[in-house]
Amino acid sequence: MMSLYTRRIWINRIGITLSMVAMSLGLIALLWILWTLFSKGFAALSWDLFTQDTPAPGSEGGGLRNAIVGSGLILLFSMLISTPIGILAGIYLAEFGRISKFASLTRFMTDIMLSAPSIVIGLFVYALFVATTGGFSGWAGSLALALIAIPVVVRTTENMLKLVPTSLREAAFAVGAPRWQVSLRVTLPAVKSGVVTGVLLAMARITGETAPLLFTALNNQFFSTNMAEPMGNLPVVIYQFALSPYDNWVGLAWGGALLIALLVLVVNIGVRVVFRNKDKR
Amino acid sequence: MSEPSASAGIDLHAQQVRRFRLQDKFFHYSTQFFAFIVLAALVGILVSLTLEAWPALKTFGPAFLWTNIWSVPDDQYGALAAIYGTVVTSVLALLIAVPISFGIALFLTETCPVWLRRPLGTAIELLAGIPSIVYGIWGLFVFAPLFAEYVQPPLQALLGDVPVIGGWFSGPPIGVGILAASIVLALMVIPFIASVMRDVFETVPHVLKESAYGIGCTTWEVVRNVVLPYTRVGVIGGIMLGLGRALGETMAVTFVIGNANRINGSLFAPGTSIASTLANEFGEADPGLHIASLFALGLVLFVITFVVLAISRWLISRSMGSEGL
Repeated sequence: MMSLYTRRIWINRIGITLSMVAMSLGLIALLWILWTLFSKGFAALSWDLFTQDTPAPGSEGGGLRNAIVGSGLILLFSMLISTPIGILAGIYLAEFGRISKFASLTRFMTDIMLSAPSIVIGLFVYALFVATTGGFSGWAGSLALALIAIPVVVRTTENMLKLVPTSLREAAFAVGAPRWQVSLRVTLPAVKSGVVTGVLLAMARITGETAPLLFTALNNQFFSTNMAEPMGNLPVVIYQFALSPYDNWVGLAWGGALLIALLVLVVNIGVRVVFRNKDKR
Repeated sequence: MSEPSASAGIDLHAQQVRRFRLQDKFFHYSTQFFAFIVLAALVGILVSLTLEAWPALKTFGPAFLWTNIWSVPDDQYGALAAIYGTVVTSVLALLIAVPISFGIALFLTETCPVWLRRPLGTAIELLAGIPSIVYGIWGLFVFAPLFAEYVQPPLQALLGDVPVIGGWFSGPPIGVGILAASIVLALMVIPFIASVMRDVFETVPHVLKESAYGIGCTTWEVVRNVVLPYTRVGVIGGIMLGLGRALGETMAVTFVIGNANRINGSLFAPGTSIASTLANEFGEADPGLHIASLFALGLVLFVITFVVLAISRWLISRSMGSEGL
């Protein structure tokens, strides 16, 4: 018969051990996925990946040039749309909307949009844009991704602005600055790096988004910089090629997946390192 | 002499103040307009999905939700198989993910050495950053074959003959299917649940924990009897957030669920989810009832996730103060 004391010690040991097992499971999953990605992705990396377009069915070789350029353009325009909207909406929530009902409703809905299923956003843009303008296009893809990025930018901007000490705002008001100057010239510059982080994280978030592009940008086997036409992009190419019967297509899919994952990881780790140095100063 | 110039100065000042006030008003309303865009997008999604789904909703009525048929040749559509797959994979994913996330959060807040907290926390957050399509191809090419060879046969041998639950593990072990999709989904939602749990665990006042330690409680007892009761609301919010994520996840599920539009009692069998049906069929859907039914599926998904996420955010913000996440 175990004494109560020994039993409590053992329950504690088992609990702590299980928590370590859980932690290791998480790390193993991360390392396993990264290892697969690197070992299969590096095999596909070559100059051709960046200089040649996606191959036709059954043909040898090929690269991802059109998809890389297409993804870049779609991302660029979606960030150009979402950054100003997100930052201005974030300013509203932080500067004017601390107590208003409208602002708390917006804040709540933004939080929901953060996790809303991205495929539904794709359906929405299809109904709103693709069906009415008569075709899949790079613009539609940018719009869908922008809708996903906006909530991320809004919330990080707002949270950063809330960290600005009230005394700084009051100092600016005291010398007679109007509200808009206080916002744009005092508080926003004070949290510049935080806002940039939010924008970068939003970009990382939408880089790998596949579902909303399926019904908006679609895909394009050929090189194109025309945003009004269907446009090749990495996520959809990965999706189609990974499920194809051709070995070179599957290889290209792994190469593309590695490119996307590298970008996402570099941004995620980068902003954390930069931020930690800022904290220390 | 000084009289007129002073009044001119006051005039100038008054003008300046008026101009500032006008500019401020403009700034206020223009930023409010952009905040309004976010709200409008959400309402717009609901309205446009309903409009596009209307032909299907009118034809099939509410029975759309519980009809188990999805036949393009007959133009007959019902959402039951997709809803079943969505709900079963998400619930199974949570059953796997919640204990693991709890363990991770417990480890990060209570037992982990301080210098390791940051790198390990970052590692878990990176797991959340990996795009879902990467989970998808990893699940299809790496995980599913191993799962079919090393996990499914023993599982079947062990539980296949047990009454009631034996049927869940019947059928050929082919890897892809409901269970494989649930496991990949679990991996994807662990970081979300774990970071919410970690954040709410950190809101527990040190005095409370120290008092419990002070009267001789073990770490496990402190977590079990002090931290968990204190953070209950936030923990449930985190779990709901994970559920919301799992319900709407598209690419990872599409790769590993097997995409069979029917309900099979076995968890080894291929199935489908709302999101994967959309991903598979929407591009080539016929105009008319087929596309309207797909929009109706999207509407169902949006409404379900909206409710789940709304509850989750409400619980989390209640437990962490108005700061949100």
